Amino acid sequence: MRGTTSLGDRVFHLINYAFLSLIAIAALFPFWNQLLISLSSREFLYTVGTLWYPKSLNLDSYQSILHYDALWRGYGNTLARTILGVVLSVFFTALTAYPLSKRKLPFNKPLTLFVLLPLLFNGGLIPTYLLIKELGLMNSIWALVLPGLIAPVNVFLIRNYFRSLPGELEESAIIDGASSLKIFIRILLPLSMPILATIALWVGVAHWLAWYDAFLYLSDTSKWVLQLVIRRILIDHRPQDALAAATQVFGQTDAVDIRQLNAAVVMVSIIPMLFVYPFLQKFFIKGLLHGAVKG
Amino acid sequence: MNKQSLKPYLPLYLLLVPGVLYFLIFCYAPMYGVVIAFKDYKLLEGVFGSPWSGFDQFDKLFTDPYFYTVLKNTLLISLMKLLFGFPVPIVFALLLNEVRMLKFKKFVQTASYLPHFISWIALAGIMQSILSLEGTVNSIIGFFGFDKVIFLASSEYFRAVLVISDIWKGFGWGAIIYFAAIAGIDASMYEAASIDGATRFQRMRYITLPSIAYIIVIMLILSMSGILDAGFDQIFNLYNPSVMGVSDIIDTYVYRIGIQNLDYSRSTAVGLFKSVIALIMIMVTNGLAKRIDKDFNTLW
Repeated sequence: MRGTTSLGDRVFHLINYAFLSLIAIAALFPFWNQLLISLSSREFLYTVGTLWYPKSLNLDSYQSILHYDALWRGYGNTLARTILGVVLSVFFTALTAYPLSKRKLPFNKPLTLFVLLPLLFNGGLIPTYLLIKELGLMNSIWALVLPGLIAPVNVFLIRNYFRSLPGELEESAIIDGASSLKIFIRILLPLSMPILATIALWVGVAHWLAWYDAFLYLSDTSKWVLQLVIRRILIDHRPQDALAAATQVFGQTDAVDIRQLNAAVVMVSIIPMLFVYPFLQKFFIKGLLHGAVKG
Repeated sequence: MNKQSLKPYLPLYLLLVPGVLYFLIFCYAPMYGVVIAFKDYKLLEGVFGSPWSGFDQFDKLFTDPYFYTVLKNTLLISLMKLLFGFPVPIVFALLLNEVRMLKFKKFVQTASYLPHFISWIALAGIMQSILSLEGTVNSIIGFFGFDKVIFLASSEYFRAVLVISDIWKGFGWGAIIYFAAIAGIDASMYEAASIDGATRFQRMRYITLPSIAYIIVIMLILSMSGILDAGFDQIFNLYNPSVMGVSDIIDTYVYRIGIQNLDYSRSTAVGLFKSVIALIMIMVTNGLAKRIDKDFNTLW
C-alpha cells in the first residue's frame, strides 16, 4: 500500500472521513427529514425543523394516502407509460440501428446524418405542441411515448454494439435464407442484451420521472402520471383530494396535518426509486462511461 | 449507384422505414414548424394558412426590455451553477479516492447518487418543507440567533437556493466520470512517488490532477454548450410571483407566453433564438474539445 501512517496521514484521514460522512448525511438528510415528518404525530409537528430522530410513530398520513385514489391511478398511468415506452423505444431504436450498422449499406452516411441531426437542432416547444395537437394525440398515452421514441444517441450506441458482434452467426443465417427481420429478432437482439438492458433502464427511468409532456398534453386528470398528481398537491397547493381521503378515513376534516400529508406523498412517490436505484446505478454507469469516454 | 447494387439491400431499407418516419414526423416536422416565428400565427388558419410577418417577432423581441431580463436571468443562473457547481464533483472524487475502507466508499458514493434519481417535483416539495419558517434550515439559523428567512419568496436568496440545490442534486452523479478517470491512472506512478517521499498533496497535485486534467477540460467545454439551459424543471417547480423577476428564464418564458398566453409566434421566436445559440455553442465547443483531444469522438 502506498503512503505511511504518519501523524499527518492519520489527521488527513480523520478529517476526510468526517467530511465525507457529512456529505453523505447532506445527501440523505432531506429524505430522512420527510420520513420523520410523515411519521410524526401532530404535537411534534411544530418542532419538525429540529426533528432529527423519530419521536413518535404515527401512520395516519399513510392510512389517508391509501384512500388517495388519484395517487394510485397516477402510479398505474406512470407504470403503463414506462412499460410501453421502454418496449417500443428499445425495439425501434435497435431496429433503426441495425441497417445503419452495415458499413456497406448504400447511403449509410447521409442516413446516419439524418438520424443525428435532431441532436443539433429541434423545433422547440410550440411546433412540437402543435404537431401533437394536429396528430390528435392530445389526452392519449401515445403523446407520452411517441415524441421521444428514438433517441439519436441510443441509435449510435446500439449501432456500435452491433458492429462489435462477430458476423458468422448472421452470415450462416443469411445462407439458410432467413429474412432480415428474422435475423434481427432471432440473432441480433439476443446477442445485444447488455446494451439493450442499459438503454431500457435509461429510457425507463426517464419515463418514470417525466412530467412535462403529460403536463402539456393531458388535460384529463384521470390520465395523469404520478409526478403530475404529486405536483398538484406539492407545487400547486391543491390538497383537496388528499384531504378528502383523510376525512374519509378519520371522519373529520382536520384529522391529518397537510404537512404530514405532503411528506407522506413525497415518500410514497419516491419509495420505488429508493429501493431500485442502488441496483440500477451499475448499469447506468457502465453505459454512461461507454458513451462518454469511449465515444 | 445503379439499381442492381441497391436491390440486395432492399430488406434492410425496409427495416429503416419506421425509424425514418419517426424522425420525419417528430423531429423534422417541428423543425419546419419554426416558420411560425416568421408568421403572424392565427389559431384558425394554422401553420400553413397564417400570413407571413418576416422578422417582426424578432424586432419586437429585441426591443422588449423584459426579454433582456429573461436572458440575463438565464445566463446568470446557468453561469453561477457552472462556476460553483463544476469543481464540486472533482473535489468529491479526489477526496473519495483517498478512502481505503471500501464499504464506506461505496456507501458515500451510493448516497450521493440518490438525489439524481428523484424528480424536481418531489425535491421542490421537500425543499418547501425544509426551507419553510419552521423547517430545518430556519431552525438552525434561529438557533444561532439570526433572523429567519423565507428563502423561496426572497428575491435576494432565491438564485442561491437554485444553485445550491442544483449542486446537491448533481454532484454525486457528476463525479462518476472523474472516478473512472482516476481509476484509470497507472498505480505504479503513485508507488514511485511514495518511494521518493512525495506527500499526499504532492501526489494529488502532480499525479492525479494532471492525469485527469484533459477530462476536466473536456467536461468544462461540453458544459458550456448548455449555457442557455438554466434548469427548467427545477425553476418551473420552485418559482413564484415574488421571485419571478430574478428567476424567469428562457424556457419558463417560452412556456408562459406560448402555452398560457397562446402567443405562438412570439414563443416560437424565443425558442428559435435559444436553439440557434445552442447550435452555435455545440459547434464551437465540440470543435474545441476535438482540438484538445484528437481521440475525442463527437457524433459527427
